[in-house]
Amino acid sequence: MIRFLLRKTVNIVLSLFVLATATFFLMKAIPGDPFMQEKNVPDVVRQNLIKFYGFDKPMWEQYLVYLNNLIHLDLGMSMRQQYQSVSDIIARSFTYSLQLGLVAIVVSIIVGIAVGLIAALYHRKLIDKLAMLFATLGIAVPNFVLGTIIQYYFANKFRFFDVAGLNDPSDFVLPTIALSVLPIAFIARLTRSTMLEVLSADYIRTAKAKGIGSLTILIRHALRNGLLPVVSYVGPMTANIITGSVVVESIFGIAGLGKFFTMSVSNRDYTLIMGITLFYAAILMFARFLTDIAYALIDPRIKMMKKGGGGHAAG
Amino acid sequence: MKVKLTFLLAAVVAMVAVLSACGSDGGSGGDQTFRMNLTAEPPTLDPALIQDQVSSTVMTGLFEGLTRNEKGETVAGMAEKWDISDDGKKYTFHIRKDAKWSNGDPVTAHDFEYSWKRTLDPVMSPPAPYAYQLYYIKNAEKYNTPDSGVKVEEVGVKALDDSRLEVELENPTPYFLNLTSFYTYFPVHKSVKENPKWAAEASSFVSNGPFKLESWQHNDSIDLVPSENYYLKDEIKLQKVHFVMIEDPNTEANMYETGEIDWSGLPTGNIPTEQLAKFLADKNPELSAPATASTYYYVVNNTKKPFNNVKVRKALAMSIDRKALVEKVVKGGQTPAYAYVPPGIRGTDKDFREEVDGNLFKEDAVEAKKLLAEGLAEEGMTAMPVFEVSFNEGLHKQVAEAIADMWNKNLGITVKTQTVEWKVFLQNRTSLAYDIARSGWGADYNDGMTFLDMWLTGGGNNDVGFKNAEFDKLIKEASTTSDQKTRVDAMAKAEKILIQDNMAIIPLYYYTSPHLVKPHVKGIEMDYKGDIDYTRAYMEE
Repeated sequence: MIRFLLRKTVNIVLSLFVLATATFFLMKAIPGDPFMQEKNVPDVVRQNLIKFYGFDKPMWEQYLVYLNNLIHLDLGMSMRQQYQSVSDIIARSFTYSLQLGLVAIVVSIIVGIAVGLIAALYHRKLIDKLAMLFATLGIAVPNFVLGTIIQYYFANKFRFFDVAGLNDPSDFVLPTIALSVLPIAFIARLTRSTMLEVLSADYIRTAKAKGIGSLTILIRHALRNGLLPVVSYVGPMTANIITGSVVVESIFGIAGLGKFFTMSVSNRDYTLIMGITLFYAAILMFARFLTDIAYALIDPRIKMMKKGGGGHAAG
Repeated sequence: MKVKLTFLLAAVVAMVAVLSACGSDGGSGGDQTFRMNLTAEPPTLDPALIQDQVSSTVMTGLFEGLTRNEKGETVAGMAEKWDISDDGKKYTFHIRKDAKWSNGDPVTAHDFEYSWKRTLDPVMSPPAPYAYQLYYIKNAEKYNTPDSGVKVEEVGVKALDDSRLEVELENPTPYFLNLTSFYTYFPVHKSVKENPKWAAEASSFVSNGPFKLESWQHNDSIDLVPSENYYLKDEIKLQKVHFVMIEDPNTEANMYETGEIDWSGLPTGNIPTEQLAKFLADKNPELSAPATASTYYYVVNNTKKPFNNVKVRKALAMSIDRKALVEKVVKGGQTPAYAYVPPGIRGTDKDFREEVDGNLFKEDAVEAKKLLAEGLAEEGMTAMPVFEVSFNEGLHKQVAEAIADMWNKNLGITVKTQTVEWKVFLQNRTSLAYDIARSGWGADYNDGMTFLDMWLTGGGNNDVGFKNAEFDKLIKEASTTSDQKTRVDAMAKAEKILIQDNMAIIPLYYYTSPHLVKPHVKGIEMDYKGDIDYTRAYMEE
């Protein structure tokens, strides 16, 4: 297990290094710079800025300086938001995205599994068909459409909620719906199809024949195996949701991380581009890492294949 | 089970709705809070570093310069009076005795000297992008240039004592008193020396205007409350100014409808295009769309064949139906432009545009077609090559497509339209790597010069490669004399050379600043360039 974790960690660090290098050079290769505006600044001012940010130095030197700062965990100052450090900006906005994201994830998992389970238990009955209709719609309707519609009706027309912001608990309701409908639909479909497969498997039939109660079978035997694909979906989904959705955050005016993905690039805020990219990648890799561990814990077969594994198989 | 779940959800939703209805009431009435949208986080609230409208809108409440603007007039601000030398090059400002910082310290002439020199320091951290707004001051540009040999003591601003500030200028600048109300000329408190990050947080923020910074939730909201140390604090009725940062125009529209904000649209927000057209057609009483001193135009690459030919440029300019463009495409109440300097800019006694004829060319498709043929023949070409009109994201696409259609119909030419990412677009435009590109220019100060000196040969914003010795001479004449009549005449002639004789650029329309304001909000002033002053606003009971 330790060797497994160690290898994964080394992998993550190496990947981040490669990503940092690639992003750095790609970002510098696109035309434009942070100082360009509709109104050009005079050359004198421009040169002062270029010198201050070290853009007059050779590219490799700029890269080494950046890398050195990065190793010391210094992401630098934003070039657009004056006097604000990149780590402050990320920490602050991540707090918003994380809060909202966690709520959306919990809702997605609970509702998604519940809907999928019910659909599987009532296979080919009306309730199953309704659930799958909902799931299809959930996947088909883009969240900017859904977000706009629910905002218009529930905030503007009926005034149940504030239009924008994340100040009260009630402010979570609309963005959570907008964020979680797609994952709910996905999880519901995944759960339903694997559950259908599992429920017709031999060992379930054996358990039934032994006279074990159906609820016990469902929870102890079927659900455990039925959830494996869901777990592998939940990992990357978590990373995606907690790092903020550009669309949902924009519609509901949430000061999250999402907007910075595009904004930092269009402003050519180099330090922020790097910071956001690395942060997002780190979160994504960490989520995958957790997924691997969760997989190893739930599915004993995984452990058998790892040489350093073994030991106590859970359950 | 599904049914139960639905019930449960419905119950939760209903409960939350009731609770939130009790808790937050938008409330107009006695609540003296003015709320508006900034769309984005201000990049900075340090006067030295500002160069955008979002930041400057917040700054209007926080700071005050030597002068300030009231109902279109420049009036005394931190300076209660001033003396101007006969040659118009030396100003002595007398700072008012009761001028105070938000922390209670007196505002002195030394503060202004320190602030302006700080902005001009070439190694300020980071260097001030708008430092050139101070280049009117003697030796300012030289000091801002590293290794020029000019020392900080040689810059033409000096505090004679606590209350007298002496400013020497490079040239007589009749609009200098207008400039001193501009944000680059705002003072900063000396304590910023010890705390370079002072302007990023409310806790360390010191300002000298009618309001002070109560809170800054980054990327979310900003609150201003009145400063008890402001010398005219009795004039301030608002108890709070609340800024939100909502990117999506539809969300902004919903917030305006529900009363979560009192103002929507320009200068820092947006009304969705379809809604704006509808409001204009319905004559919505909450909507106004005053003209703003800004011009929307196309830059033409004067250095590229066949656009180097004046007849070709004229043909393109004359075959656009501007009335149809503003009424059917842009739909914000804009007016067609047949010159470059927009209405709202001062002339000698009246508006520049009232004193100087603004019809520098006519739309005439037949004449245009003839000119195009002649121009192409002069360049040794038989047909107009396919060329590209480029623009950045936004409504510019629809504008370009409409114009491409008009050119196709009137001149029989084929035009490609191309959306280009903002910074790439700017880079292409500056380096003359385009055929025709969208452009817009707004006033920095209230004088025709803010639109004209940019077209000097080799000027930093001369993105068309325009070179004209006569034009350069007239601009020089206008910027070295203090006689306003002579200046306006010279600028009028220069504009005629730029547009009527050369059609170096193609004017399209003059901007408006459409905005919605709730009927109970009174006393907000929008100035000639579309900036607003909410400092004297109040909410009617």
